[in-house]
Amino acid sequence: MGTIIKTEELSIAFGGHLAVNNVSVEIKRNTFTSVIGPNGAGKTTFFNLLSGQLSPTSGRVIYKEEDITKQSVIERTRNGIGRSFQITNVFPNITVLENVRLAVQSRERVRFDLFRHFKNYKQFEEEAMSLLKMVLLEEKAEIPAATLSHGEKRKLEIAMLLALNTEVLLLDEPTAGMSLEEVPAILNVIENIKDQGDRTVVLIEHKMDMVLNLSDRMMVLFNGELLAEGTPEEIMNNETVQTAYIGGDPNVTTATT
Amino acid sequence: MIMQKLHKSTWIYFAIVFVLILLPFFKDDRWFLFLMIQIFVFAIFAMSYDLLLGYTGIVSFGHAMFFGIGAYSVAVTMNRMESTFPSFLLGVLVAVFASGIVAFLAGILTLKLKSHYYAMLTLALAGMFLYIAERWRSVTGGNDGFTFRIPELPGALQDHRNLVIYLFTLFMMVILFFGMKRLTESPLGRVLVGIRENDQRVESLGFRIMPYKVLISIISGVVAALAGVLYAISLRFVNTQVFDIEVTLDALLMTIIGGVGTLIGPIIGSAIINLSHHFLSDLANVHWIFQRWVILFGVIFILAMIFFPNGIVGTIKQKVEQRRMKRRILEVEKQEELDEGKKHA
Repeated sequence: MGTIIKTEELSIAFGGHLAVNNVSVEIKRNTFTSVIGPNGAGKTTFFNLLSGQLSPTSGRVIYKEEDITKQSVIERTRNGIGRSFQITNVFPNITVLENVRLAVQSRERVRFDLFRHFKNYKQFEEEAMSLLKMVLLEEKAEIPAATLSHGEKRKLEIAMLLALNTEVLLLDEPTAGMSLEEVPAILNVIENIKDQGDRTVVLIEHKMDMVLNLSDRMMVLFNGELLAEGTPEEIMNNETVQTAYIGGDPNVTTATT
Repeated sequence: MIMQKLHKSTWIYFAIVFVLILLPFFKDDRWFLFLMIQIFVFAIFAMSYDLLLGYTGIVSFGHAMFFGIGAYSVAVTMNRMESTFPSFLLGVLVAVFASGIVAFLAGILTLKLKSHYYAMLTLALAGMFLYIAERWRSVTGGNDGFTFRIPELPGALQDHRNLVIYLFTLFMMVILFFGMKRLTESPLGRVLVGIRENDQRVESLGFRIMPYKVLISIISGVVAALAGVLYAISLRFVNTQVFDIEVTLDALLMTIIGGVGTLIGPIIGSAIINLSHHFLSDLANVHWIFQRWVILFGVIFILAMIFFPNGIVGTIKQKVEQRRMKRRILEVEKQEELDEGKKHA
């Protein structure tokens, strides 16, 4: 099991505030890693650095032994890093199905075809539909994405990410806003991603218990710093994590790092 | 079901085209033909604008420059050379290439930036073209413009020249409408809509958005130039008015009133604006206020915005869709009730 993504002393500052501070971490191929931490810990910013939405103030991002720090979002997506967004980021005025279909179309690299009718690509639509079924959204396929509830938009995000079929999937709080009955089904979908071959999943969650059973590895961010990294057991038994997470006292981190 | 629906709307389009073909044979009045030709020409122009505004979300304040480039290209070619069909074709080619190059440059220079830069640059470029047209009198005739001859038609057709131009403009409008409709329904067209909706998200799906924006800028510019060509041909005259900001604003109004992102909307918008312009100006004899048709137009525009916020076609589409959704929801509820009943039994 080699490393697929590695960050080296990754930092980003907004003004004087270090949102991600000196994070060096290795994510192994074909594993399920959770990034946990309280609100404002820098989890999403860390994701933005991995997916290319932001470029770091210092440090590097290595993907498959290649420095991709300077690569754009598009290049990273094409090279196999896909992501979903915490603040849902869908195409509001087109149908749910069309949202997913666009993602399938991108993966199939149908980019500049302007002579065929898009309905001729039946297989795209069928695949989009089956993905919607997987995330329990098939009944909403024909309505504009803007009318979905918050939780439903999350499901749509997951379907779009699955449609891209990238090697690395970055999921930013995929289950937030969903009803409690739906969460297990969605987590199940996410868990199954890894069975579809060589897939690496990185998932942000701020509720630790939710992902304990799923994760191979966990990393804890706190105030932009990597507080701990390891197996779920190691994290659970890590005193610093416990204090920081439950107590939420920032002094603890400065004392221990 | 979708196939059937497409089928039906296509039949409606054909019926309308059929009526439009027959129309001049019943009302062969010069002014009427001229008015209809204007409607067709501006419909083409407004549709090209809709490709940018409605389908890709790009705002242009200088779309008149493509119109003007088309009009001048063909007028100058025909004026300088003998007025034959080959020189007409040459004029069209010049129009296509000149507008294509200008649209490409405008796109390359600004579309990487936020969208209002495209609006500002096109506004500036259109102003520049207007200035050139006014100053380069030896070629353009300046403000006064110039008349030119169009190729003679063979035999008896020459006596019905206006009718031929009417049918030709109608033909072009229909061809370009279906061509652009097809474009918007192609995989490429769907990406354009994605860009309009959320361009960053399109990027994170792995599409590079620049080429799309530049390409649609070129297509839209070339179609607008073709509208300019037809405009010049129908008048057999051209002056600097074709570069006027008012031409751009007309396209904007037609698109918005008819319905942004619908293609058929701009055609309806063109009909409404040209007809109301025509009839309101006619009423000037009755009362002076009708001479200031722009005032009335402002009122109509405000009313349209209140009652048809998505344009005429957009609002109708929305209503139809809402009704369909309601029916869907009722069906689902009914089904659920049935399922419930079964469970209890």
